[in-house]
Amino acid sequence: MNEMMGLVGKKVGMTQLFQDDGTVIPVTIVQITPNTVVQIKNAATKDGYSAIQFGLGTKKERLVTKAQAGHAKAANTPAPEFLAEIRVDEATTAKYAKGSTLTVTDIFKQGELVDVTGISKGRGFQGVMKRHHFKGFERGHGCHEYSRHGGSIGTRLTPGMTMAGIKMPGQMGNIQVTSQNLLVAKIDAERGLLFLRGGLPGAPGSVVTVRHRVKIVKKAKK
Amino acid sequence: MNLLQTIESELLAARERKSVDVRPGDTVKVWVRIQEGDKSRLQAFEGTVISIHNKGFRSTFTVRKVSSGVGVERIFPASSPNVAKIDVMARHKVRRAKLTFLREVQGKAARLKPILKK
Repeated sequence: MNEMMGLVGKKVGMTQLFQDDGTVIPVTIVQITPNTVVQIKNAATKDGYSAIQFGLGTKKERLVTKAQAGHAKAANTPAPEFLAEIRVDEATTAKYAKGSTLTVTDIFKQGELVDVTGISKGRGFQGVMKRHHFKGFERGHGCHEYSRHGGSIGTRLTPGMTMAGIKMPGQMGNIQVTSQNLLVAKIDAERGLLFLRGGLPGAPGSVVTVRHRVKIVKKAKK
Repeated sequence: MNLLQTIESELLAARERKSVDVRPGDTVKVWVRIQEGDKSRLQAFEGTVISIHNKGFRSTFTVRKVSSGVGVERIFPASSPNVAKIDVMARHKVRRAKLTFLREVQGKAARLKPILKK
C-alpha cells in the first residue's frame, strides 16, 4: 500500500525553467496553499485504516452545509473548499495534530522526486483509434463505414465469447491518473508553488495530490 | 492576470536579457555559450531569422543558414542563458512573418531586399 506523505494542491499550468547549463526543463506548477489537517484516521478506531485528511482553501460561507461546518469545527478550522485524504502509516499520523497547517516546505524539498495523482481531462465516449491508438482500417479500395472501426473482437466457437478486457470504444479520461517520479525543480515557499518536471493529469485549476515517490528509480532524471 | 501569467512575467523580469530585438528577415549573429569541461567559450551562429514565436518568457526565434550547401536551422529560446549575445548584422524588407519559403529557394531567389537606412 502507498504510505507516502504528501499534500494537496491545485494545478496552475505549465511553463519552462532554464538550468544552469542552459537546458530547458518543462515544468508544471502546482500551488499548495497551506493544508489544514481536518481529520486523522487510525486503524485502531472505527475507521479501520490510518490516513490524514487535508483541507485545501476556504469554502464560501453560504455554500457550506451544516455537515461540512460540523466536520471542520471538530478540527477548529473554517470549512475547506476541498477535502482529500492521504493514506499514511500510524507512525506518520502521530506526528501531526488535528487543526494544524502544513506548507510546501514542511514536506517537500527541491531536487526530490514526487508522485502526483489527479483526475485526467474527460474526453467523453471515444472510439478505439483515439482511445487505444488502434490503426483503423483503410480509407480506399471500396472500404466504407469501417475506416475507424476496431476490427475483430474475438474468435468463433472456441472460446465462443469475447474475452474480458478487450479494448473497445468507451469513456476516455476523467479517471484517476498518477504521474510518477516527477522532479521538484523549484519551490516558491512564499506562494506555496511547486515546479514539477513534466506534465500532470487534469486541467489547470484541478485538485492534485502530491506525494513522496513510491518507486525507487535507479538513476534520477535530471 | 492569472497566477501563471504572474509567474511568467516574474521569470521574464528576472532574466538577464531584457529585450530581444530581432525581426523576420534579419541577418543575425547569435553568440552561443558552449561549455567544454570547466571552460566556456562563445560560438557564433550566423543566418537569417525566418520565424519568431512570441510567447513572453517562452519566446523563441528560428535562424536559418546554408552551411556548405546544406540548410541548417536552429531554434533559440530568447530567454536562454546560453544565448550570450545577438548581433543584428542587417535588416531586410520582408512581407510575411514566417519566411519558410526560404527553404524552397536557393541562389538568386533566396536573396532578401535590404532596408536602406534613411
